[in-house]
Amino acid sequence: MSDNPTANHDAHFIQVEKFNYAYGDHQVLFDVDLDLHREDITALIGPSGCGKSTLLRSINRINDLVEIARVVSGSIKIDGVNLYSPEVDVISLRRNVGMVFQKYNPFPRSIFENAVYGLRVAGIKDKWELEEAAERSLRIAALWDEVKDRLHANATSLSGGQQQRLCIARAVALKPRILLMDEPCAALDPIATARIEDLIAQLRGQFTFVIVTHNMEQAKRIADKTAFIYKGKVIECADTMEIFGNPKNKLTEAYITGRLT
Amino acid sequence: MIPTPIHPKLDPANPFVGHQSRNQIRESFVRWILRIGTLIIVSVTAAIILHITVKGAPVALSREWPFVNVTFLTELPSTLHVIQDHQGHIIETDVNGADAIKMQLGANLRQEKTISYSGGGILGPIVGTAMLVIVSVGVALLLGVASAIYLSEYASHGKFIEMVRLAILNLAGVPSVVFGLFGLGAFVLTAPVFTSAPLDRAIFTLPLGFTTLSFQGWDTCVLSGGFTLAFVILPVIITASEQCLQAVPLEFRETSMALGATRWQTIWRAVLPFATPGILTSSILGIARAAGETAPIMFTAALAFKDKLPWQKDLVALPADASWFAHWEQSIQRFLAIFTESVQALPYHIYTLAARIPQNEYSERAQYGSVFVFLILVASLAATSIWMRRRLRAKYKW
Repeated sequence: MSDNPTANHDAHFIQVEKFNYAYGDHQVLFDVDLDLHREDITALIGPSGCGKSTLLRSINRINDLVEIARVVSGSIKIDGVNLYSPEVDVISLRRNVGMVFQKYNPFPRSIFENAVYGLRVAGIKDKWELEEAAERSLRIAALWDEVKDRLHANATSLSGGQQQRLCIARAVALKPRILLMDEPCAALDPIATARIEDLIAQLRGQFTFVIVTHNMEQAKRIADKTAFIYKGKVIECADTMEIFGNPKNKLTEAYITGRLT
Repeated sequence: MIPTPIHPKLDPANPFVGHQSRNQIRESFVRWILRIGTLIIVSVTAAIILHITVKGAPVALSREWPFVNVTFLTELPSTLHVIQDHQGHIIETDVNGADAIKMQLGANLRQEKTISYSGGGILGPIVGTAMLVIVSVGVALLLGVASAIYLSEYASHGKFIEMVRLAILNLAGVPSVVFGLFGLGAFVLTAPVFTSAPLDRAIFTLPLGFTTLSFQGWDTCVLSGGFTLAFVILPVIITASEQCLQAVPLEFRETSMALGATRWQTIWRAVLPFATPGILTSSILGIARAAGETAPIMFTAALAFKDKLPWQKDLVALPADASWFAHWEQSIQRFLAIFTESVQALPYHIYTLAARIPQNEYSERAQYGSVFVFLILVASLAATSIWMRRRLRAKYKW
């Protein structure tokens, strides 16, 4: 996980190689190969239960929490470092790879405490540093203007869309290089969804995004690259325009035209 | 209802025709059975509370300010002396007042009755019960929450953990007198103490140079009784705490871990705070249970009668010129005596009044007064638990 300043935009930033993953005896990912580029927005699409969330959750190893989950073979590398090799410190990995979940779930504490949660668990106690980080991350999440006067109000008093942006602020407070989003708009109304999509578009270039989505229009609107996953296999991965305009694979075509569910 | 004989007066074209009346009778029969069952429970509860209030309230409360019987609540139990003269006057007094009154009456004394434990008040049992509850709930919360966290957050699911859970559930079914005997064996007779002069009956002694760790037990005292009661309420606290921990959304844990928190940080910051309301509520139910148990404290902490509060322990009188250190040392000793002295306790006091002494109107009065105070104490604990849960629920809502 060393910071490599010479890495350029097109370097193989996140490399998934022959990745096989299983829950107990039930294999869910088969020989997944993916090559995600630095600062790209990559969308993972596919029908429910195809394994796209599992793949996403393997990138920050949050799926380790599932007791029976295990890597069967293969690797995921970030900047050439295999995440599943024994010397990797999961805690520092997760500080470098932020995650936003499907259901907005701020802790029932103040907005401020939510924004600085990651810094607090990282042991930062300096009040000034925390305040600065809270403002910075709330600005990044385009929430600062709405909440700056009530930072100490309970986060659950915000609207759904605001809560989800607070979750984004919470994730970016640690200055991660990668942001994983697991259907970030699934629980939101269209207006809140549009705001989150705008936000992601604004943040293009600041983070490397990997976004799981059910919404193909959303993938079309925001993603540079799109990977179509079906039954645990990557069927096709290409530029978004390519996938939606000129899919090479029959299955991809069937899925994007709604004939495959 | 398919082919049922149709009543001649009913419209045969109506597809819903049936034995209305028979179904209705059955329905109302079932309804009445259930209603009567509920009524029986409610009326028994009401009868108990009413009976105790009617008999006990006049003893513990008073019509004038401060509306409670101060003597009853602030004095230690003592022997009641009832002196009757030939004119039919009845004088109630304690052992100190009895002689003077008898002297005054002289030949006019008709009879004197003494009734054990029924005079004075019940401060001793109240203090004893409070101390036992504090110790037991403190110990049970520490142990119970720790094991609930382990079971809920750390232990991997498997046969072993299922066995542990089963064992905890079984612990809840152990009769309380068995806990009492366990406490007698474990805490009264074998628990380790630091002493310079170990007793001969110590099972095992470990010389440490400056002192000796002797497994000779803590004797009958608040500590022994509190630990014993802690084990009585542990299953309740573990089970309830575990449920409260499980009720915290899994997403909180995932989010916390995804932000780089360790498992313990996650528990400490993202799980425990939100489980606390429930854990506290369950612990208050534990308090009510601990306050009410008699059998576990009979052999471990409680005395039928004690004329001193725990901190009124006899200590060597200090000389007038004693150093501040000696004074300080004695205050520490007095404080520790809270835990190392045996006490009276409300449930045991009630048992003594009701079953261990000859019954008469005076013992009955003391008994109902104690029961009434006890009931009020337990009810206010339950009320506190409900109030606390409401407040914390409002604070931590998700």
